[in-house]
Amino acid sequence: MTSPDERPAQPLWRRGRFGAIFEVAATPVASVFLALVVAGLIILASSFVTTGSFDWTLPFVAYGALLQGSIGSQSAILNTILQAAPLVLGGLGVGIGFKAGLFNIGGQGQFLLAATAAAGVGAALATAPAPLAITASLLAGMLAGAFWGWIPGALKAWSGAHEVVTTIMLNSIAAALIGFLILGPLLAPGFSFGRTGDLGNSILPIILGDNVHLGVLFAVAAVPAVWWLLFRSTLGFEIRSVGANPSAARYAGMRPKFLTMLTMSLSGLLFGIAGSTEILGVSHFMIPSYGTSIGFDAIAVALLGRSHPFGIAAAALLFGALRAGAGLMQVIAGIPAEIVDVIQAIILLFLAADVVVRHLFRIRAAGGISDLKTVTSSYAGRGR
Amino acid sequence: MDQLTTFLDSLPVLGVVFQLIGYLVVTIPVIAPIFVALAAPIALGALCGIMNERSGVVNIGIEGMMLSSAFSAFLVAALVAQAMGPGDPFPVFGATIPILVGLVAAVATGMLVSTLHAWLSISIRADQIISGTIINILAFGLTGYLNRLIVSPNPRLGAGILQPLDLPDFLVDLPLIGWIIEGFFAHGPITISVLFLVVFLQIWLFRSRWGLRTRAVGEHPKAAETVGIDVIRLRYKNVILGGIFAGLAGAYLTLEQSGSFQNGMTSGRGFIALAAVIFGRWTPIGAFGAALLFTASEALRVAISLTPPTGQLGDLLQAIPPEFFGALPYAVTLVVLVAAVGRSVPPAAVGKPYMREKRT
Repeated sequence: MTSPDERPAQPLWRRGRFGAIFEVAATPVASVFLALVVAGLIILASSFVTTGSFDWTLPFVAYGALLQGSIGSQSAILNTILQAAPLVLGGLGVGIGFKAGLFNIGGQGQFLLAATAAAGVGAALATAPAPLAITASLLAGMLAGAFWGWIPGALKAWSGAHEVVTTIMLNSIAAALIGFLILGPLLAPGFSFGRTGDLGNSILPIILGDNVHLGVLFAVAAVPAVWWLLFRSTLGFEIRSVGANPSAARYAGMRPKFLTMLTMSLSGLLFGIAGSTEILGVSHFMIPSYGTSIGFDAIAVALLGRSHPFGIAAAALLFGALRAGAGLMQVIAGIPAEIVDVIQAIILLFLAADVVVRHLFRIRAAGGISDLKTVTSSYAGRGR
Repeated sequence: MDQLTTFLDSLPVLGVVFQLIGYLVVTIPVIAPIFVALAAPIALGALCGIMNERSGVVNIGIEGMMLSSAFSAFLVAALVAQAMGPGDPFPVFGATIPILVGLVAAVATGMLVSTLHAWLSISIRADQIISGTIINILAFGLTGYLNRLIVSPNPRLGAGILQPLDLPDFLVDLPLIGWIIEGFFAHGPITISVLFLVVFLQIWLFRSRWGLRTRAVGEHPKAAETVGIDVIRLRYKNVILGGIFAGLAGAYLTLEQSGSFQNGMTSGRGFIALAAVIFGRWTPIGAFGAALLFTASEALRVAISLTPPTGQLGDLLQAIPPEFFGALPYAVTLVVLVAAVGRSVPPAAVGKPYMREKRT
């Protein structure tokens, strides 16, 4: 029988507030570390595949280039921030869904539709005063994203169709829809390929360096905003209650169906901000084959950030840095930039297999992926 | 009779509907082979889903399993062909040794990825939807990476594709059923095998001891365990065997349909397969029917591009933007899924990790 006082003294880094952060962050950090090691081995194996002999220095050369391209210079850091901004917004979108027990895999469709709406309205208002043009285009994008998120929410609330399947179908429908819009009503004449018109005054102003645009501030502001919404507001309490236990929430007088639709709309709204700011700030026009993997990237960000806004911001910065540095790595070390997707997936793998990670590093803290139980238990149509 | 059809076709709005029916009656026999071929990978993916979910494991990683199998089938077949030459094709299906090795590699990859899913969701007891998502992301990343690393620098890499079965003319020309025979059998071996696999799995699931036990484990694992069924072991077996079907679906895409690999070439088929599982009420035959339904619109698009309809119907279809038909399979899946959910009841224990109670 040991009383609490007789337990061995905790090391310094496990005490107090810092200790609380350590508890939460230990498994994700260990997973990232392990994933980088495994990816290093993959890079090593790649050198064997391409040249026929093991180049032991290649992983270090590659990671060196990755660091240089992501935090090695001022422009590299700004690039990282620029890459991280949509990931923050998307990660928050997925994370807020997780809190409500909803799994939004449809970020890609919401992003693309919002981008198209913003590009269309922006081109139409190209000669209007800048504040009006920008506000209207952003609003159009946000509404489009929220609407495309609301659909799976409504389908789940009314029929019980699980959002994992419906959002994927809506991704493909969105891809066709934007193709129709961009080659149809929104088509700009006078170009050799199908695209929307020039944005003119709707382009977001640059606020930092050569390329960091005003839209990045949305990502910065969204983190505390979502944190406040989730943990300090009544609505956030309701969202989290529905996520933890829908029947208990209904019993307590909350409206699970309404909250399902609202959360999915909010999630779509966040992806909508990401999509419209990317167009208005970076690409400046929209094409039918606009390539993005934001839907899955955002899931990775939300899982690594443990669905907490601050964790999501940290995870998004990490993945943003990987994406920013991948180009230089491809040039210097000849490693395809797709290695970033592989690293991302391996991080998730270790997070899911958190038992193994915690055993390896003797972590006694909390596990890798929690508070998602209702996502799976609602699969295949047990409605709310 | 001719007067009647002319009269019906000239009706204001209904006329177009009658024209459409007439058009379908004429074209369905022509497009039946395309129809079945389009449904094949979805049906195979659905069989994988059924194996998983009937034993109580959600699998949304079918897409990733198909993608990784498609890639390994292509890569292995191409590398073998490069190393030892394509070799002589066999008399049926134009199969060569590299293609057969690729087929084996695809099935092995499907089983390997399934083992990962089984380990994560059964032993680690990770969230099963997260496990499936991870498999999808991993498959997309890894195939994209290896494709860029190995395949892109060697554009001549390839091993050819399996050829459709040459049916004797007297079978195809049979009145009334000739086109059905052609529809189901004028294909490569993987598509032909789908029909047999569906029937086999239906019987196996509902008429065999293994099937009964599988369903028991998916409905009420604790009860199954009390009568002496090893729940963990049986779930492992089913999930890993299910990988065979996903592997075949992947092999179909690269070795029977296209002969090349593109990043993300599964383009949502794994998820349509999931919807087919639900709409088919977790039965193989039902899922096959659902897969046919989901690809019907795609087949119709092919039919329209091959033999454009004439008259009013033709004008109407001309006016519809091509993107509409691109979105149609997904929209049909979505609508059908919404209608089916609630009326089709999933296995009760699906998605719940099983934890054996400790002996006291």
